[in-house]
Amino acid sequence: MATIDTLSPEPEAHDDHGHDHDHPPWLAHHFDTPEQQFDSGKLGIWLFLVTEILFFSGMFCAYAMFRMLRPEIFEGSSQFLDTKLGAINTGVLLFSSLTMAWAVRCSQTGEHKKLVVMIASTLSCAMVFLGVKTIEYSHKWGMGLLFPGAYFYDENNPHPTTEQLVSQHGFSENTAYFLTHSIYFLCAPFLLLLVGVVIWAIIAKVKKNDFQFAVAKPLVVVCLSFFGGVGLGMILTGSEEHAEGSHVAAAHHDAGEHDHAGAGEATESIAATYTEPTTFNPASDDAAVELLAESDLNTGAKAMLLAQEKQAELASGRVVAPGEDVDMGIERIERGVETKRQAGVFFGIYYCMTGVHAIHILGGIGVLVWLLVRAIRHDFNRQYFGPVDYVGLYWHLVDLIWIYLFPLLYLIR
Amino acid sequence: MSTAVTIRDPGYPTDRENYLTNSSGILSWIFTLDHKRIGMMYLAGVVASFIVGGLLALGIRVHLLRPDGVLFTGPEGNNIYNQVFTLHGAIMVFLFIIPSIPAALGNFLVPIMLGAKDVAFPRLNLSSFYLWCAGAVFFVSALLSSGLDTGWTFYTPYSTTTDTSVILATLGAFILGFSSIFTGLNFIVTINTMRPPGMTWFKMPLFLWATYATSIIQVLATPVLGITLLLLIAERTMHVGIFDPEYNGDPVTYQHFFWFYSHPAVYIMILPAFGVISELISVNSHKHIFGYRFIAYSSIAIALLGFLVWGHHLFTSGMSSLTTIVFSALTFTVSIPSAIKVFNWIATMYKGSISLTTPMCYAISFVFLFTIGGLTGLFLGTLATDLHLHDTYFVVAHFHYVMVGGTLIAFLGGVFHWWPKMVGKMYNDMHGRIAALLVFLGFNLTFLPQFLLGSRGMPRRYATYDPEFAFLHQMSTYGALLLGCGLLYALVVLMISLAKGKRAPANPWGGITLEWTCTSPPPYYNFERPPIVGDPYDFHNVEWDAEGERYVLTEPERKLAPEETPSEQPAHH
Amino acid sequence: MATHGHSDDGTDFAHPLPVWLLLTVFFALVFLTIITVAQSNLNLGSYDIAVVMLIATMKAALVGAFFMHLAYDKPFNVIVFLSSFVFVALFVIITLSDSKLTSPSFEPKFDEPATGELER
Repeated sequence: MATIDTLSPEPEAHDDHGHDHDHPPWLAHHFDTPEQQFDSGKLGIWLFLVTEILFFSGMFCAYAMFRMLRPEIFEGSSQFLDTKLGAINTGVLLFSSLTMAWAVRCSQTGEHKKLVVMIASTLSCAMVFLGVKTIEYSHKWGMGLLFPGAYFYDENNPHPTTEQLVSQHGFSENTAYFLTHSIYFLCAPFLLLLVGVVIWAIIAKVKKNDFQFAVAKPLVVVCLSFFGGVGLGMILTGSEEHAEGSHVAAAHHDAGEHDHAGAGEATESIAATYTEPTTFNPASDDAAVELLAESDLNTGAKAMLLAQEKQAELASGRVVAPGEDVDMGIERIERGVETKRQAGVFFGIYYCMTGVHAIHILGGIGVLVWLLVRAIRHDFNRQYFGPVDYVGLYWHLVDLIWIYLFPLLYLIR
Repeated sequence: MSTAVTIRDPGYPTDRENYLTNSSGILSWIFTLDHKRIGMMYLAGVVASFIVGGLLALGIRVHLLRPDGVLFTGPEGNNIYNQVFTLHGAIMVFLFIIPSIPAALGNFLVPIMLGAKDVAFPRLNLSSFYLWCAGAVFFVSALLSSGLDTGWTFYTPYSTTTDTSVILATLGAFILGFSSIFTGLNFIVTINTMRPPGMTWFKMPLFLWATYATSIIQVLATPVLGITLLLLIAERTMHVGIFDPEYNGDPVTYQHFFWFYSHPAVYIMILPAFGVISELISVNSHKHIFGYRFIAYSSIAIALLGFLVWGHHLFTSGMSSLTTIVFSALTFTVSIPSAIKVFNWIATMYKGSISLTTPMCYAISFVFLFTIGGLTGLFLGTLATDLHLHDTYFVVAHFHYVMVGGTLIAFLGGVFHWWPKMVGKMYNDMHGRIAALLVFLGFNLTFLPQFLLGSRGMPRRYATYDPEFAFLHQMSTYGALLLGCGLLYALVVLMISLAKGKRAPANPWGGITLEWTCTSPPPYYNFERPPIVGDPYDFHNVEWDAEGERYVLTEPERKLAPEETPSEQPAHH
Repeated sequence: MATHGHSDDGTDFAHPLPVWLLLTVFFALVFLTIITVAQSNLNLGSYDIAVVMLIATMKAALVGAFFMHLAYDKPFNVIVFLSSFVFVALFVIITLSDSKLTSPSFEPKFDEPATGELER
């Protein structure tokens, strides 16, 4: 078959080294035994995982640092993250890890059919994860829960329209449209992908190219599961929206009021709120949010409140962020700066961490598709299952990082 | 002389075996998976970047010939000066020094020294070369678009506010980081899994130990640079508020992140040089290396200690006083393994039969210059003196003594040492030595005055200076020109050898490590079968064959009880 | 073809994990996830972060030991993997402790007159 020939990894390497007679085709010329090849690959992927861990450690370090410096902001901002979606995504990733580990087993035992199924379900889980993530991201972008440079969340109007974004927050038309309609922009590439894969499947079917059809078939399911994830996310947020969202909005509103009214008597109110945790009733959800609202006020001591005021004054003078409307009144800018100082820190780190993690998921999807093709080609056997194992290890690491990200970002109380 | 005993010499390769000629055409190089060809492409690449970086350096020095500046005048003059020194630093660090010995010499030598056919992941190896090229392209495009004036360290908040092309340059450094990671990863796996039977860890040549230690740093530290630069790009484009104080970030954090990589990176630069020097000194002294295990362990010790001292770059950045004290104390510990190496090299030369070849000239100047560079580091590691010397020419002179006097000299020594092996041609040794002398003199003339300048308070990175510094600056500039001439001379010597050089024998210097047991240049498959491995520094069986102007390995006479031979017996007379 | 060449026990290096083990690990992970979500509704005060991290580390250990096969892997690979955490700890702890020590100077400071003005 032509397809198989073109895909085969390195045809010329064996021409060069004709003297390696006993080398099976999957054993590279410079290795003596399959085991040596496997051990080398395994050590290589472990070292790569080490680099990945250190790569993420930078962001964990930034997270720990800012959380240490501003615990209240992290508590408060974390309320905007949907624990349900996070938990679902955790489950999805754990399941994908299971199927991946199972896939490794299948490749070792030579169960080719099952191997394809396992890799395809791992891929589908990855897509579901991204789908749910899409909902999370687009939801937050619409509300303006962004990194400090573009943060525009307003508790009075959590879902501003495109026009409001342009007129009140000084975004350009295009950016504002993107922010309010981000879900479509995020879904579009996957939709294109789906359409492409479906067309490919149909062509392969019509041309009776069994191999291509065998590859395209699971990929259609994989692409569809992205939209499954989107749907799942929508259903879960839909029910959540009114319950928690309004609480949070109220809480935030409260905090805002406090900040403005209470700047003068900051000392007293801080003293008052500090005593509160002892009388806190864990049973009531409302009380928890209330408390958070108040501890939002705790954002440090008197010095910091004063500093904020001062910062705000400076802001009106010269520190005008690119996204801000210069015509705004002092009052409004002051609040803008104040919210940026607070929630933006959290969201900056949140987007960095989850974004880089999502990029790793995308990369994982890429290599898994490659693995799927090779699995359908029956490339693997109990002497040569290295690639499945290596990709598996990478995938588990991505899962491992999410295992830490989930409680650190979503479960701050 | 060698009629009674059998001699082993691989002779010369045929055109079909020779890795340079066994396949031809540009595509056979572009898609090659042969580590030797990749090493040669790296060599060409790093030399090209060195020439660019060196010309920028000459530009800086010529500009500083007069207190008001010579070259970059006019209203934009100072900005251009900033861009020139930034690009000089960035190109030299990221494009030249970091890949110089590990990627160019390392790629060529590691598998051959191991007796392996190739590195563990040949395709990864090739891709890391292309990543290097991509990184270089980004740097060039940064140079061509709006330049870069942050210094090679990209410190925030300046790097998030300047309107030069920080993003292009950081992307370049990010990509180069991955190139470096993949090279390191490849070497660790190769050394771990592909040693031939009989080569235990302590029978490895010291160059491999040094490469191994370097690779550990590359794998552990470079990802942190990756994320730092990524966050910097995010900071610049989206204001994520981690490093930029305007958005509530902390610039000192950036410096922590940056130097967590970049200090260990200093050891990425110098450790392979240690490895090269260990080989050079032992081979050219024709004497067993002194304290093999100490040198081996000290490489690993430097690699690990290197992770504990990054804070000494931040003494004046606003770290807490406790942290500065801790880092200062830790900094001194690095001098212990470094000193162990220097003492061992000198002890190796002691009572050796020294052949003053070109590589050996470089090796000796390395020991001399690196010692100065290392010792002046102690002044900077001391808190009290660092406060005075921070950001002065003293620092500039210090790290140039280590980076140029250390790494560049070792790189040159290594290139001259393995040149016959790489291209199969001998160069003119006398001219090589003259070039080495010029480099040595020019280098010292350039940077010794800078120690004085710095301790008298001349700050670094300034385009103009007080007239009282003029004399020392002029000395430095003339030294730089001399250094440039010496380097050019060395390059010409090598280029002429390509055209007119004599055919190189397999073992021109009397080395005993495995690369000298295959032909010059090596066959594309390196070794037909895994070679026999002995002590890599036991020179007893190496003899000079005056007829063939080469060293040959003599088969030891088999005796029931080995005869005692004095260890200082010269290998040739 | 070549598949059967070495499939005798002696030279075989594949080590397939039994399905029951994989499933057990998976359910243990799900169980721990539920616990970690549940505990976030309780108020554990300052122990909160410790508990959360403990559970996460247990999950990570499960994934590492079984899914990633570390429990049966070569000791060198285990050392490589674990040593990375040593360096992460080094990096994070030093950076954090320095940042903690300097955090008082972290907040913006302003001249006296400005403060006086605000307190009027």
